[in-house]
Amino acid sequence: MESVIERITRGHFWKFHGGIHPPEQKQLTNNKPIRQIPIPAELVIPLQQHIGHAGELLVKVGDKVLKGQPLTQHTTAMSVPIHAPTSGTITDIKNAVIAHPSGLSDRCVILAPDGEDTWRERQVCNDVNMLSHDDLISRIASAGIAGMGGAGFPAHIKASSQKKINYLIINAAECEPYITADDLLIRENSPTIIQGIDILAKLLKPTQILIGIEDNKPEAAKVLMQACENRTDIKVCVLPTKYPTGGEKQLIQVLTGQEVPSGVIPVNMGIVMQNVATCFAIAEAVIHDIPLIRRVVTVSGQALEKPQNVWALLGTPVKHLLDCCDFKRSSKPHLIMGGPMMGYSLPTDAVPVVKTTNCILAPSDKEISQENKEVECIRCGQCAEACPAQLLPQELQWSAKAKDHDQLQKLNLFDCIECGACAYVCPSQIPLVHYYRVAKAEIRQKHLLEVKAEHAKARFEARKVRLEKEKLAREEKHRKAAEARRARMNAGTPEGENAKSAVAAALARVKAKKAQSGIADVETSAESAPISPVAAAVARAKAKKLAAKKKAEQALLSTDTPSSEASLEQKAPLNANNATLESKENQASIANVSDKPSDATISKDGDEAISKPTKSAQVAKAVARAKAKKRAKEMQSEKAPENANKSAESKVTDSNATLTETATETEKASKTIREEKVIPNASSANKNNETKVSVSSETPDDTNDTAVTEPSKQDRIKAAIAKAKAKQQSKPKADLVVDDLKASANNDDSKEKRIALAIEKAKAKKQQRTEST
Amino acid sequence: MSTLIAILVLGLIATCFGALLGYASIKFKVEGDPLVEELDALLPQTQCGQCGYPGCKPYAEAVANGEAINKCAPGGEDTIKKIADLMGVEVQPLDESHVADNTPKVAFIIEEDCIGCTKCIQACPVDAIIGASKQMHTVIIDECTGCDLCVAPCPVDCIKMIPITTTTSNWQWDLDNIPVVQID
Repeated sequence: MESVIERITRGHFWKFHGGIHPPEQKQLTNNKPIRQIPIPAELVIPLQQHIGHAGELLVKVGDKVLKGQPLTQHTTAMSVPIHAPTSGTITDIKNAVIAHPSGLSDRCVILAPDGEDTWRERQVCNDVNMLSHDDLISRIASAGIAGMGGAGFPAHIKASSQKKINYLIINAAECEPYITADDLLIRENSPTIIQGIDILAKLLKPTQILIGIEDNKPEAAKVLMQACENRTDIKVCVLPTKYPTGGEKQLIQVLTGQEVPSGVIPVNMGIVMQNVATCFAIAEAVIHDIPLIRRVVTVSGQALEKPQNVWALLGTPVKHLLDCCDFKRSSKPHLIMGGPMMGYSLPTDAVPVVKTTNCILAPSDKEISQENKEVECIRCGQCAEACPAQLLPQELQWSAKAKDHDQLQKLNLFDCIECGACAYVCPSQIPLVHYYRVAKAEIRQKHLLEVKAEHAKARFEARKVRLEKEKLAREEKHRKAAEARRARMNAGTPEGENAKSAVAAALARVKAKKAQSGIADVETSAESAPISPVAAAVARAKAKKLAAKKKAEQALLSTDTPSSEASLEQKAPLNANNATLESKENQASIANVSDKPSDATISKDGDEAISKPTKSAQVAKAVARAKAKKRAKEMQSEKAPENANKSAESKVTDSNATLTETATETEKASKTIREEKVIPNASSANKNNETKVSVSSETPDDTNDTAVTEPSKQDRIKAAIAKAKAKQQSKPKADLVVDDLKASANNDDSKEKRIALAIEKAKAKKQQRTEST
Repeated sequence: MSTLIAILVLGLIATCFGALLGYASIKFKVEGDPLVEELDALLPQTQCGQCGYPGCKPYAEAVANGEAINKCAPGGEDTIKKIADLMGVEVQPLDESHVADNTPKVAFIIEEDCIGCTKCIQACPVDAIIGASKQMHTVIIDECTGCDLCVAPCPVDCIKMIPITTTTSNWQWDLDNIPVVQID
């Protein structure tokens, strides 16, 4: 059996299955040299122009950049940088429509060229042999070279393969009709291309280098043969023209007879393939230190007056290219990026040229019809004959339409190279490749979701385990602490005895308290005797409880009954003085008409009425206020929808009023403290405190912000009550309050304000919730 | 005599088979319910609790025990169909009380409003929120299942659910939806 090289030398090549011979349209552009076009007014440079990840941005808006200056840096192996194609200013970094079939936007650097085209400093390398392997790889990587044939795979990854390479294949087949970019590049720059091939050969050390070129490019083939005349390691293979010879797997099969199995990448078979334009870019990058900032683009199609290959800077909007080639605008202009077989329609002509753009096609309506004339599949089987990947296109089509993803994978959908041969031969004009693309994307998405679900499940399970562990640890800790306490108490040490006696004392206190409250009950019911202020306070606390109960009952019976009256009646036998009553009435009325801004004055009146306060009056007032608050709460919850419409200003007044009120009460509270000092019975003072606490405990919010500055417990309680009141009034309009507070927080950006804002927000939310339930 | 032999032989055979079955029941004992595992694999693993169970696994267990198959809102009709196939029951429409749009979303914390209460961290079933007490919290987008459970506990309403944006990597070919604009 003859070797691959012998066969190639004799000009005998292998064949791949299927393939088609679409009409060539290369004559439109292959007879004209590559044209230099003027720099466009604006360059749109997408951050990601290849397979992998975008690099990290190095520039910011307003920066002046020089030609060839990197705009991003590569951070991961699969990222390649981009460079400024010319000197100019970065005017914007924004999302713009990119060269992608979806027409989606992505991050782009907008560069306004200054027209001077000033290069950054370059380090020209005269002898490639001086550079080490790593130097070469880093030069290729930092020049931002990605495969220029269409896929955009980072070139430095392919070039740094550590495997034993038998064949380095240079793909110059260019099998798509219309495209002549590589053809012209070879004709004009063959020495540079050979230099690039040599660099790759130095990196990969292949046993044989094969250049595959179709026989429809005789001039280019001739130039290449001349350039390689004295080279034994490079073989220029002129292949019979057939679409898609330029496909990676197909070209490997044609040149070496080896079929690339499904799911295997050619590197594992000892084969590396690079596009001829990539070789050119590598040579420029390594020798002349020119990063990948321009490429040859075939601008073709019968809708152009002057179709031609052009040197386009990356980022040049397609519109600029079309203008240079005299685009004849029709009613329904149609633009294709890539060739007619594998390209995709562009959503707009603002799309920029990227590293993988080899062709812009502007066909006339006659050339490529936009109308979809799809009819039913007649099962002729021509697609299966044409498929270069030996798949069953019609079966795939049915499964894709039925969204039978399992069947699609069984039919090896992912081996489809989307060459479009099946759609080309289809007599029913079914856009088969489109169905495959949709199905592929769906399957990929499904797979991603499955991976994510699996991940979420693992995290969920891990969390459950962790919570369980924490719970056990907590229980263990509590148990241990309890045991330790018990052991300490039973140890017989002085501390243990102390602890024991402390517990006993506490129990005794509780008992005593119980007994006392029993006595207080009796006193309250007696009600005739002149009672001490302390006893009165205790009694009031009791009555308040009773009132609350009654009120709850009444509320059940009918919500319309004015419960404040009822509570006043309950209170009547215990009234300490008229002032208290008055203040109570005031409070109640305030609660009823809580949205009135006159609130502050009224409550102040009430305060003045008891400005000569006995302690019992104070307590009574607090109780009354709590009651009023409760009543207000009821009213508010009924009124809520109406109140919500009230203006924000009245609320501001409310909260201001509350502040003044709090201040007044602080004064009062300090008076109370002084009085308490006079009162001989300490335990009764304790009682008094308890009553107050019970009142304040009805206000659920924390009072930390005010409490910090207040001197004593009583003061804090008072402030809390006052605050709670204010809160009740302002709650229905809490959203607006929040706005106000926000405004004030902006003015005075202190921490307290922000805390207050958060608390206010939380309260508002709570209130809204209770209303909605 | 022949009756006795027949009884003996049959008895012997019965003993043999009995021993065989007994051995098989020990040797090939199935740990746990494989149906639950299969059901769990079909569920979307958002752990959102919208079905009324605290996670996907508990719901899978409940379905295996006869719970309605139409309670998974994030999974939608697809999941119901798959469960119905597996369980051999009729496909039911999604439970009305669970009808929700199941566009994929992720939680987003408005960081300047966050007061650092850690309530959302405790609510997150997949530990996708990071932060500490009185420190700003944030969501790890890649870990978030979009279950919505962190939104309710937030006292200052600083968490919102935002739909996952379409990028070129998760874009679906939809041939009718390519935004075709007039080129002029």
